[in-house]
Amino acid sequence: MHATALESTHIALGARMVPFAGWSMPVQYRPILDEARTVRTKAGLFDLGHMGRVKVHGRHAEAFLQRLQTNDVAAIPPGRIRYAMILNAQGLTQDDILVYRNPKNDGFFVVINAGNTERDLGIMRDVAKGFDVVVEDCTRALGMIAIQGPLSQQITQRFCKGDLATVKYYGWIDTEVCGIPMTLSRTGYTGEDGFEVYVPNGHEKKVWDAFFEAGSKDGMTAIGLGARDTLRHEAGMPLYGHEIDETTNPLEAGLDWAVKMNHDFVGKQALEQVLQKGGTGRKLVGLVSDGKRCPRQGYPLVANGQQIGHVCSGSISPTLETNIATAYVRTEFTAPGTKLEFLVRDKAEPCTVRELPFYKRAK
Amino acid sequence: MRPNDCKFLKSHEWCKIENGVATIGITDYAVSHLSDLVFLDLPKQGASVTVGESFGEIESVKAVSSLYSPVSGEVVAVNKELPDHLEWLGEGPFTKAWMLKVKVTAQSPDLMNTAAYEAHCTAEG
Repeated sequence: MHATALESTHIALGARMVPFAGWSMPVQYRPILDEARTVRTKAGLFDLGHMGRVKVHGRHAEAFLQRLQTNDVAAIPPGRIRYAMILNAQGLTQDDILVYRNPKNDGFFVVINAGNTERDLGIMRDVAKGFDVVVEDCTRALGMIAIQGPLSQQITQRFCKGDLATVKYYGWIDTEVCGIPMTLSRTGYTGEDGFEVYVPNGHEKKVWDAFFEAGSKDGMTAIGLGARDTLRHEAGMPLYGHEIDETTNPLEAGLDWAVKMNHDFVGKQALEQVLQKGGTGRKLVGLVSDGKRCPRQGYPLVANGQQIGHVCSGSISPTLETNIATAYVRTEFTAPGTKLEFLVRDKAEPCTVRELPFYKRAK
Repeated sequence: MRPNDCKFLKSHEWCKIENGVATIGITDYAVSHLSDLVFLDLPKQGASVTVGESFGEIESVKAVSSLYSPVSGEVVAVNKELPDHLEWLGEGPFTKAWMLKVKVTAQSPDLMNTAAYEAHCTAEG
């Protein structure tokens, strides 16, 4: 089991630690729904040391990434970031990733899911054959801390060098935090404004404490992976192993905006065939259910007694004050307002199709 | 805090058998590990339960867990108010948060005494 540099800090804060993708991680410090509300209304601090982090550089770095993933890396300006997917030759999803072009335009940085890190590195090294490129796993060389919530900028600005107001959404900069050079991006996985900082190994505690010192008086608290999942789900962001996995393609998952067909990536031909056929016959939708039972991953969805889909993720939504779920359903049942039922131990509970995302912050 | 007159299953249900009737609930360990409880589904009075089979479900913000019966028999009483007062599970898991009373026809062969259950919890962490 891996541990991040902040494990003892979490335990001292009273966290409940759980194994997650081979890492010991804090699932919660307080009730999960309270933590989610703190992020929506104030700010929350997350240890994301488990996420995979990879530097990509060399003469063919851009060409390599164009082959590896679905988005158009050539169109990313220096200091900007794009969401993308790694597919297999069948067009099925191996991971969802963020691709950063370095602010100095001297290479790229890729953030990948903890649970897929080893597989992704294997895929990257395979694809790298034939390219003059260096794929450098720096998961252990860098820590990763996120602040998320409407107060993120004002809290971070108190101890971070540079004017954070100039950092655009999905932009990143080289800066100094606590006098230590590091990079900071305006990204996150909650649907709120916020930043992620990539901390050189050994300085994680100092940076974590700086956030706490600057943010506690505004009500910022540490937030666990439980609330992070609820927040991303409300914001309509997919989670690998739920909405996307090696049985789904990005088109049916509603992620076509992250797929640019103007370059030759692994899985492109398979996606072209899907497009020619007019899709796979199913789509990812949102569901709401006002009953006591919450739809959960794997529950069957039925209409007129026939199974027409299944649930990918289900949460109690503290922001919408109802139960929410994402699900793959047959295309003819995807219209918002469609009434369906989900089965809990063979008991049918009503739910209604709605558009994703469930939550969008006011800008 | 765990009473000495109860017997326990590895899946963290407890039962206390008096005059052929078992009172059944879940332990403080189960409550603290489930955390953030939101829903409890119990059988009705008159239903029958079976050793090792699920008699209900408890749902937390993040997960649904089955509740396993330490005994077989007919349900003679249900704590009907408990689903509306899940906080009782934190306040008194062995007292006011009892779930069922069952007229016992058979007991699980895997029931542990308090000392063995304590050791089991320590091993689970």
